[in-house]
Amino acid sequence: MTISIDPQKTNNESLQPKGWLRYFSFSLDHKVIGIQYLVCGFLFYLIGGTLASAIRIELASPMSDFMPRDVYNQVLTLHGTIMIFLWIVPVVNGAFGNYLIPFYVGARDMAFPRLNAVAFWLIPPSGLMLVASYFVEGAAQAGWTAYPPLSITTPQSGQIIWILSVLLLGGSSIFGGINFIATIIKLRRPGLKLMQLPMYCWAMLGTSILVVLSTPVLAGTLILLSFDIIANTGFFNPVLGGNVVVYQHLFWFYSHPAVYIMVLPAFGLVSEILPVHARKPLFGYTTMVFSIMGIVVLGLVVWAHHMFTSGTPPWMRLFFTIATAFIAVPTGIKFFNWVATLWGGKISINSAMLFSCGFIINFVFGGITGVALAQVPFDIHVHDTYFVVAHFHYIVYGGTVFIIFSSIYHWFPKVTGKMLNEKLGILHFIITFIGFNLCFAPQHWLGLNGMPRRVAEYDPQFQFVNQISSLGALLMAISTIPFLINVFISVRNGKDAGDNPWNALTPEWLTSSPPPVENWEGEAPLVEEPYGYGLEISEQT
Amino acid sequence: MTTLDSSKEIQKNNSEVNETHEDFRMFGLITFLIADGMTFAGFFAAYLTYKAVNPLPDGAIYELELPIPTLNTILLLVSSATFHKAGKALLKDKNSDSQKWLFVTAFLGIIFLICQLFEYFHLPFGLTDNLFASTFYALTGFHGLHVTLGTLMILIIAWQSRINGGRLTSQNMFPLEAVELYWHFVDGIWVILFIILYLL
Repeated sequence: MTISIDPQKTNNESLQPKGWLRYFSFSLDHKVIGIQYLVCGFLFYLIGGTLASAIRIELASPMSDFMPRDVYNQVLTLHGTIMIFLWIVPVVNGAFGNYLIPFYVGARDMAFPRLNAVAFWLIPPSGLMLVASYFVEGAAQAGWTAYPPLSITTPQSGQIIWILSVLLLGGSSIFGGINFIATIIKLRRPGLKLMQLPMYCWAMLGTSILVVLSTPVLAGTLILLSFDIIANTGFFNPVLGGNVVVYQHLFWFYSHPAVYIMVLPAFGLVSEILPVHARKPLFGYTTMVFSIMGIVVLGLVVWAHHMFTSGTPPWMRLFFTIATAFIAVPTGIKFFNWVATLWGGKISINSAMLFSCGFIINFVFGGITGVALAQVPFDIHVHDTYFVVAHFHYIVYGGTVFIIFSSIYHWFPKVTGKMLNEKLGILHFIITFIGFNLCFAPQHWLGLNGMPRRVAEYDPQFQFVNQISSLGALLMAISTIPFLINVFISVRNGKDAGDNPWNALTPEWLTSSPPPVENWEGEAPLVEEPYGYGLEISEQT
Repeated sequence: MTTLDSSKEIQKNNSEVNETHEDFRMFGLITFLIADGMTFAGFFAAYLTYKAVNPLPDGAIYELELPIPTLNTILLLVSSATFHKAGKALLKDKNSDSQKWLFVTAFLGIIFLICQLFEYFHLPFGLTDNLFASTFYALTGFHGLHVTLGTLMILIIAWQSRINGGRLTSQNMFPLEAVELYWHFVDGIWVILFIILYLL
C-alpha cells in the first residue's frame, strides 16, 4: 500500500498562522515543532538554572540559612526533574531531532506529524504543573529518583503531581521515539542507504530504541508508586511487606538508559559539527555506527551499578561492574574517532567548534570518573557523595549542554538565516567553560572527603571548597547573559548567513535559510557522502 | 502532510512533485505495542521478584481458583479467531459479515470483562491486603484496561464497517488491521499473565 502526497494539499502554510504566531499553534511542520521544543526547553533551563543557583547560594555557608531544609529538598528535586525531563531530553532529542532528522533522511516531514505535535504539546502543561506543585502544598521532596519509602512518607500532593508530570513527559518521549524510528527506517529518500546517513540519524535511532524499550517500564513503576501513595498498597513500602529494591531496579532500568538518551544524541550532534569545522571526513564512520549500537545494547544491562549499596548480591555486583566497564570500549572508540577527525584538520576556531572541543574535554573527565564509579569498592566509598554529583554533571552539563550550545551556534544560521555574533559566542564559551569546571571539579574532592549529596548543611571544613564551587555556579549563571544578548541581537540584526555559511555537505545546508515549509523547492537531494570534505583534493594529488 | 486516506490515489495538478511513500502506520503501531509490552514486562518482572524474595506471611497464601480465568483464556482466544474472520470477510467485500464477526468479538470482550469483575467480587482478598493481592489487582486491572479500550475500538470499527457510508472497506483495511493487531497483542499478554499469575 502506498500513500500519495498531494502537492496542493501538502502546502498547508495557509491553514496555519504566519510569523511568530505559528510557534504557539498546533503546527505540524517539523521545523516549527523543533523550535518549539528548543525555546520551551530553554525557558525551563532558565527555571532549573535559577533553582541550581539557589542550591549553590545555600551551600556557600555550612548552615541552612538561605532557605528552610524542606524547601531545599523541594528545590533540588525540581532542579533535577526540570533539567533532565524538561530541558535535556526534550531539547537534545525533540528539538534537534525534529529539526534535522527529516532533512537527513530526505523527507518533507516526520513520519507521523500529528503525533509529533501531540508529543510536543504534552510538555508545556506537564512542566507548568511540576513548577506549580511548589505552590500547592510544597513540591516533591524525594529527589528526581523518588526513592520509596522517602517518596511515600513525604507530603503526598507534591509527589503525586510529580508522578503525573513525569508520566506525561514519558508519554511525550515515547511518542517522539516511535516517530524517530519510523522516520529513519521507513521515510528515507529512495536510493539513500542506511550506511550513508549522517551520524546524528544513527544516534537518534539508538536513542529512540532505548526510549521505546525503557521509558514504559518507568511509567509502570510510577503507576505502582502512585498506588502506594494514594491507595495505601505496599508494593514499595517495607512496613506493608513491600520491597524498595524492586523500585530501584525498575527505576534504574529506565534511568540508566536515560543517561544514554541524554548523551547519545549529543554524540551524534558533535559528529556533525566536528567534520564541518575541521574540514575533514568523520573518522571511522562504521565503527561509530557499531559503537552507538553497542552502547544501546550494553546500556540496557548495566542499571544495577547505581545500586551497589542496596544489598545487591555479589554475582550481581560482578556482572554489572563488568558490563559497565565494557561500555567504556564503544565510548572510548567514539572519543578517539572525534580526536582523529580533528587531527590534521583545517580547524576554524569559532563558537561551535570551541563548545564541541569543550565537550570532548569535559566528557573524558566524566567518562573516567564513570569507569571509576563502576568499580564496587570505590563506588561504596563515594556512593551518594558529591563525587557522584560531579560525575554526572560532567556528563550531562559538560557533555550534553555544551553540545546543545555548540549546536545552537552551528545551526542558528540555518534556522534564522542570520549569523550569531562570534565575539559574544567566544565570550559565552570562555565564561561557561571556566565557570563549569570551577563549579564541578572541586566537588570531586568534596565527595572523596565524604560530603554527602542532597544536604543543606555540612561540616564547616568543606566551606572553602563549596564557596569555590558556588563561585563557579555564579559564572555559569552570568554566562547565559552574553548568549541571550547574542541571540536577541542576531535574530534581528545579525549578518546575513546565506544558505550555507559553513560550506557543509549534509543535506540541511542544501536548501535555503530558513528552509521552506516542505524543506526543498524541488526534489530532495541525494547526499551519498555527508562527510566528503577534502576528498576531491586527495584524489587529485 | 500525508493524506491519511490511503484508498484515494489523488491526481496531481503539479507533476513536478510526485512523491509516494510506503504506508508505515502499521510499523508505528508495532513500535508502540513493543513499548506497551515493556510496561507489562516491568510488571511481570516485579511480580516474579516479589514471588522469589518476599515470602508472604502464613495465612496470606491463597490458591487461586482456575475455572473463571481458564474460561477467560478461552474467550479471548476465540475472540482472536472471530476477529480474524471479520478481517477475512471484509477482504471479500462482505461488509455485513465482517460487522457481524466484529460484534461477536466485542461481545466476547465484554463477557471477559464481566467474568473478570465477577472474579474480583468473589476473591477473599482486597487490593491492600498483602503484596500478592496488590500485584494481582495491578496486573489484571492493567490488562483489563487494555481489554476495555480494545472492546471500545472494536465497537467503533464495527460502526465504521456499516454498508452505506462506512469508511471501512476492503480498500481501506487499516483501522481493522490496526485494532486486530492490538487485540491479538492483548490476548497474547493475557496468556502470559495467565501462566505467570495463575499457573506458576
